[in-house]
Amino acid sequence: MTAKTIISFENVTKRFGKVVAVDDVSLSICEGEFFALLGPSGCGKTTLLRMLAGFETPSEGRILIDGEDVSRTPPNKRPVNMVFQSYAVFPHMSVADNVGYGLMVDGVLPAERSRRVEEALALVKLEGYGGRKPDQMSGGQRQRVALARALVKRPRVLLLDEPLSALDAKLREQMRSELSQLQEKVGVTFLFVTHDQDEALAMASRCAVMNRGLLQQVATPSDLYEFPNSRFVADFIGSVNLFEGRFEVDEADHAVVRAPELSTPVYLDHGVTGGRDATVWVALRPEKIELHKRGDGQGAPALGDAPDGHNVVPGVIRHISYLGSESVYEVELDQGRRVRTLRTNLTRRDQEDFTWDEPVWLAWHACSPAVLLS
Amino acid sequence: MSKPERQAPPAPLEYLRRWPIRAWLAVVAVFLYAPLITLMAFSFNNSRRNIVWRGFTLDYYVQVFQDQGLLTAFGNSLVIAAVSTVASVILGALTALTLWRFKFPGKPALEGALALPIVVPEICMGVAMLVFFTQVIPWPTSLAWPLNLGSIIISHISFSFSFVAIVIRARLASFNRELEEAAKDLGAGEWRILRDILVPHMWPGLLAGALLAFTLSLDDFVITFFTSGPDTTTFPVKVYSMVRFSVTPEVNAASTLLIIITVVLTAIALRLQGADVAKDAAGVA
Repeated sequence: MTAKTIISFENVTKRFGKVVAVDDVSLSICEGEFFALLGPSGCGKTTLLRMLAGFETPSEGRILIDGEDVSRTPPNKRPVNMVFQSYAVFPHMSVADNVGYGLMVDGVLPAERSRRVEEALALVKLEGYGGRKPDQMSGGQRQRVALARALVKRPRVLLLDEPLSALDAKLREQMRSELSQLQEKVGVTFLFVTHDQDEALAMASRCAVMNRGLLQQVATPSDLYEFPNSRFVADFIGSVNLFEGRFEVDEADHAVVRAPELSTPVYLDHGVTGGRDATVWVALRPEKIELHKRGDGQGAPALGDAPDGHNVVPGVIRHISYLGSESVYEVELDQGRRVRTLRTNLTRRDQEDFTWDEPVWLAWHACSPAVLLS
Repeated sequence: MSKPERQAPPAPLEYLRRWPIRAWLAVVAVFLYAPLITLMAFSFNNSRRNIVWRGFTLDYYVQVFQDQGLLTAFGNSLVIAAVSTVASVILGALTALTLWRFKFPGKPALEGALALPIVVPEICMGVAMLVFFTQVIPWPTSLAWPLNLGSIIISHISFSFSFVAIVIRARLASFNRELEEAAKDLGAGEWRILRDILVPHMWPGLLAGALLAFTLSLDDFVITFFTSGPDTTTFPVKVYSMVRFSVTPEVNAASTLLIIITVVLTAIALRLQGADVAKDAAGVA
């Protein structure tokens, strides 16, 4: 699968007055990708998208679409189309006129136009809605109109600005899978902006995480989650327990980190490059920490992939949030640090296994912690 | 045993059954509508003196349509109103668009100046116009009709276009900029966006502005009085000069016609606007 690069940002910087919204971003997106720009509000992701659409011009750097520099090309001359956050469906036009607007502007003849409008409406499952006015449609339907209106122009890249943020929870779930299916069907590269990590993980084939104008990490959703490259990414994607520490051992096939907040050293089944004498952080996802009973003098459990006295710490359950499918336990360690662990309720009785103020062992596999250098 | 039902708070319309509210409404009705109704009723009064009711007649309507002076004045008024409406809607819309769309040096000053014709007392505007058209740019009085109405038309435009601009500006404030960007994204250029997206959005404002300009012009007396010449009387000025001799039923009849025209025009405009606004509100929400 050698994909062709369709979009390249080359050292793009955007300043608004003294504020640097996008800071020296270089990024390539391949043909057919479902790409997510993810980050907290104000991180520059929308500015990056708007620069690609042409509504903003980069202060420095270049933007290429199909190898052609479009940095100065006005929005109406670019081979990209956008679905706006408010959908921006023209209120005074019928659905068919909305969808056909871009074709009309391009001078596509009426017969051809109405054929393609019908096609596009069928694509978003709005057959027969052509004669309606936007005010007769629900928010979800208006979004489909906006999708059809952008796709009918057969753009090289479809841009989506927070596509699901205005929908209610159930509809959002549904639109996630519909958007993915739509993207597979039309084969157009999708680039969407979101602040919702679940949305990005569920839909995107690749994500770029941004913070304060900087690109933090570009990776597949699973790599972002399992192999974050910084505390920011680890914390922004999902939930994480971070422990500050230093390397005690760093060999090719294993490493040991000593973290003052944990009573035993952390054993890793792989070596780490860099960070030998610096402060590092151990990231442990809540679901990767196992809970074991400690009540009647039960000894530390051995998971078998770390030497004794590693990767297991005692604690006491201080808080339980029962969430139905899973329970979140807050465990207080001897040093006073609280750790979140998550346990799936596999049977209907599982939630009764542990209770408040119960002494427990926390244990994790040697492959579970991620070591972060920044 | 059923407890007596708790008294429900009165619904809005139930207040109408209380006497203070009724008295208030009666006072409003009397002072707002009674004069108009009297005016209309006495236009059918069969009496030259028009002080006591002497029976029904349509004679004075016939007289109105035969009074050459009144008809000319009325024609003048309509032409002035029509031309100044078109001009002030165009100018007002462009001003509103400029102020809404662009940032430029002197913008606050322009915005302030825009409100001047609204706050400056009309009598001052009138005198200013008189001085302007006699001292600065003397408007030739010998021009053929309707060019001889030029000075009145210009002064009407100069005060009504700011009303139009303010109405349209208010309308533009509710415009979703993403609509403009969406049109641009779909390939439309600036003119196309103006025509296809902005003007339809502004439409209710344009209509309301036009209506405002038309009625302002049609019934303006003070400014017109100072800028009109002997051959360029408008309807209100003519009525005023007729009243100076006596309030005849003819004046009543002419005024009744004017009221009917304004009411009908307003009704049409409100209807068009109402339909548009309702559609729009639902579409944007």
